[in-house]
Amino acid sequence: MDGPLLDVRNLVVEYTVGDRTVHAVSDVSFDIARGETLGLVGESGCGKSSLGRAILQLVTPKAGRVQFDNVELTGLGSASLRRMRRRMQLIFQDPIASLNPRRRIGDIVAEPLRIAGIGNGSTRERRVRDVLTVVGLEPDQVVSRLPHEFSGGQCQRICIARALVIEPELLVCDEAVSALDVSIRAQILNLLEAMKARYRLTLLFIAHDLAVVKAVSDRVAVISAAYARSARPRRSTAPRRIPTPHFCSKRSRCPTRRSGRRAACRSASRLRRWRRLPAAASARAVGAPTDAAPR
Amino acid sequence: MVYSIRGFDLAALDVEVEPIAATPASRGRLVFWLAVAWIAIVASAAIAADWLPLTSPTDMDLLARRAGPSADHWLGADALGRDLLSRLVFGARISLSVGLIAPVLGLIVGGGLGMLAGYFRGRFETLVVGGIDVLLAFPPLVLALAITTYLGQSVLNITITLGILSIPALTRVARAATLTFAEREFVTAARALGAGHGRILMRELLPNIALPLIAFFLLAVAVIIVVEGALSFLGLGIPPPAPSWGGMIAEGRDSLDAAPAIAFLPAGAMFLTVLAFNMVGDRLRALTDPRQGVL
Amino acid sequence: MTDPPLLAVEQLSVDLPTPRGRLRAVDEVDLRLEAGCSLGVVGESGSGKTMLSRAILQLAPRHARLGGRVLFDGQELTTLAAEALRRLRGRSIAVVFQDPMTSLNPVLTIGRQIVETLREHLAIDAAAAKRRAVELLVEVGIPAPEQQLRQYPHQLSGGMRQRVAIAIALSCEPRLLIADEPTTALDVTIQAQILDLLARERQRRNMAMILITHDVGIVAGRTDEVAVMYAGRIVERAPTGRLFKAMRMPYTEALLAAIPKLDAPPHTPLPAISGRPPDPTRRLPGCAFAPRCCYRAARCEEHKPSLTPIEGTGHEYACWHPIGPRV
Repeated sequence: MDGPLLDVRNLVVEYTVGDRTVHAVSDVSFDIARGETLGLVGESGCGKSSLGRAILQLVTPKAGRVQFDNVELTGLGSASLRRMRRRMQLIFQDPIASLNPRRRIGDIVAEPLRIAGIGNGSTRERRVRDVLTVVGLEPDQVVSRLPHEFSGGQCQRICIARALVIEPELLVCDEAVSALDVSIRAQILNLLEAMKARYRLTLLFIAHDLAVVKAVSDRVAVISAAYARSARPRRSTAPRRIPTPHFCSKRSRCPTRRSGRRAACRSASRLRRWRRLPAAASARAVGAPTDAAPR
Repeated sequence: MVYSIRGFDLAALDVEVEPIAATPASRGRLVFWLAVAWIAIVASAAIAADWLPLTSPTDMDLLARRAGPSADHWLGADALGRDLLSRLVFGARISLSVGLIAPVLGLIVGGGLGMLAGYFRGRFETLVVGGIDVLLAFPPLVLALAITTYLGQSVLNITITLGILSIPALTRVARAATLTFAEREFVTAARALGAGHGRILMRELLPNIALPLIAFFLLAVAVIIVVEGALSFLGLGIPPPAPSWGGMIAEGRDSLDAAPAIAFLPAGAMFLTVLAFNMVGDRLRALTDPRQGVL
Repeated sequence: MTDPPLLAVEQLSVDLPTPRGRLRAVDEVDLRLEAGCSLGVVGESGSGKTMLSRAILQLAPRHARLGGRVLFDGQELTTLAAEALRRLRGRSIAVVFQDPMTSLNPVLTIGRQIVETLREHLAIDAAAAKRRAVELLVEVGIPAPEQQLRQYPHQLSGGMRQRVAIAIALSCEPRLLIADEPTTALDVTIQAQILDLLARERQRRNMAMILITHDVGIVAGRTDEVAVMYAGRIVERAPTGRLFKAMRMPYTEALLAAIPKLDAPPHTPLPAISGRPPDPTRRLPGCAFAPRCCYRAARCEEHKPSLTPIEGTGHEYACWHPIGPRV
């Protein structure tokens, strides 16, 4: 097994809003080995969504390197980038908004095949039906309907089907379950694990809920923002550290580097550290009842 | 755990999709169909005018000047003895053809520019918006006057003039609609799949903005019919003896005391037609939302 | 207790006409809430919990038909005149909604929105309203309140916006606060802060609160009583501690089991509830949860269970095969 599948080094993403520059991601580095699931945890506003999009080059990073299977993605020409895009896919937070409201599901799920120029009409249809069955939907009932006829959980399954129909190697889940009800969330998490096994995927799972991330990840990384977000260009409030105990054990040996306005991503910590989390902190972080009797 | 999982229980993944019937909007349906019926009647009469048993619109029956309804002239005759009914029908031909074709020019040019401006943003958008503002600031009557003076009065020139004048409004509608949809996640999802600009514009954006554009197009038809009528009234439109509703109103001005029907009949026809297009356009705009659910 | 409860809901039902048939969003719900107590209403999408809160406030959609009674402080709300209802809302009953970005007016500064509410209900002058607005922002924990008054909602973060929405809700000292999924749109750390804020304010003002959520973990330790809703009905109701220790409804157990636990080993498969929430237009003769329940028997599909109380505990459940020790 040669090298990690995804290698991100010193990634910087900035947005210009009016006359201000927002440093969304500042000097982040990590890697994901093939077949691994890396969980990325952070509160909202810390730049994790920008990170996910920058990796796929949907947002052009200002600096840094993104290597996918030893191919440098930044600065790649559009045709080559499009070819690379077939190998990595993204699942978004809002499943209903990720589907074109005016196109039928069969059409939507076949689109990646059409864009990649794979197969012809009948082979595409067969693959679409196969992948819809795999994600737990009945193709006949689903293929000719419009997205608004489905619930959030079903739409997320359709999005997952769309991502998997071209059999990518990397799947980035950007808060893929945050907008779903608790029981549907459990279904989708189980589905992602099943799909990972079936398609031998590598997963980058981005979320703000540590328990959810922990349920599916092999390793967890934490992204944090060092300063309180303020509407003003100049900081008028004193810098405030986010409550890192909520995410990370105090005994973690994560190095911290600060550059620009936001802190760097902490390096991945092994899971055994999470088990040393005090029960009170974990309950506060996720709101789970501490006195629930396990059955 | 009471709910046991054997491997990953696929029973947990089964979902059924309930069929959803379309929602009828019961209020205003009758009026809508009446409007459609009126448009159909006027359009078919205009198309089939040559084959209908009508006297020629330019035949002057000097014995029947300003006559009321009679066996020869079902709706009476105008100041020069020309049959009002046949002039109305042939006038419909002019009004409808100018009214429908001019906005089509606006739709294609304006809609296309607006969609590109809303999608690509940046300097191109600034250029388009600036150009539209210039066109809007230009007094429309002066433009019409200039074109008819230098290029002559003809149906074609009037159509082109009015088409150019309808471009700004359609550009704005198209741009606004595109701005709304271009930020949605399904467009980002299409980019993540590797779709190029053309594919996104045609397959993702166009189906979504088509309906609001067409609804606005119908409203533009109504406006153009009135504007053509105004131009003809001022003598800048279709030259006599070709009948047009606006010209007939102008001619009827002198006979308002003796035979008011000469002016009011074409005015009434124009009013009803414009109203009908407005209703259909409004109805389509109300149906623009693809969501047909209940709650 | 001879005092009437602050809020009494009796056999409340909401029917919505749809082209597919009559949709029973809320089905004969009974609730009692004493002054100063808090109730958690837990249910998934489509369980009717939001429609319940709207129906209590008499804000259901125009074509909805309401049945039953809603009594607030002895006053019958279903027959109250529109003007009296308007005075009640905001002043005595306040609501915090799920998404502060849509519940706040995006084109008004937050100072203006708070002051507007204060002046509408309390008839005080502008300067006093402004002072009170600053006090409220301090109470909800917003730093530099004088400057924040001039901000627009989109300039604040999600957590701040929700705090502003809470400030507006609390501004007229309501006796009942209905929080409809107040933390669903926020991330986990902010969720805890907002819920703590609500609990603190409730204690301080001795206010009654209804906390509506789909996450049963949120109500633990924060409410006095919990009611679990499914398909428009209340299927279990108990004091909070008792519910978590001795739940009877399989649905409640399944909801709790579906939450990923922080101390579980990674890659533990989550016991998800199979199937999906029921179609409210197609009402089954038996228990609505039966198709998804792993304990179901013939009786569950034929007869609808009604809420059965357990003596002396204030715990009620509606199930033919309750789990846990036999009563």
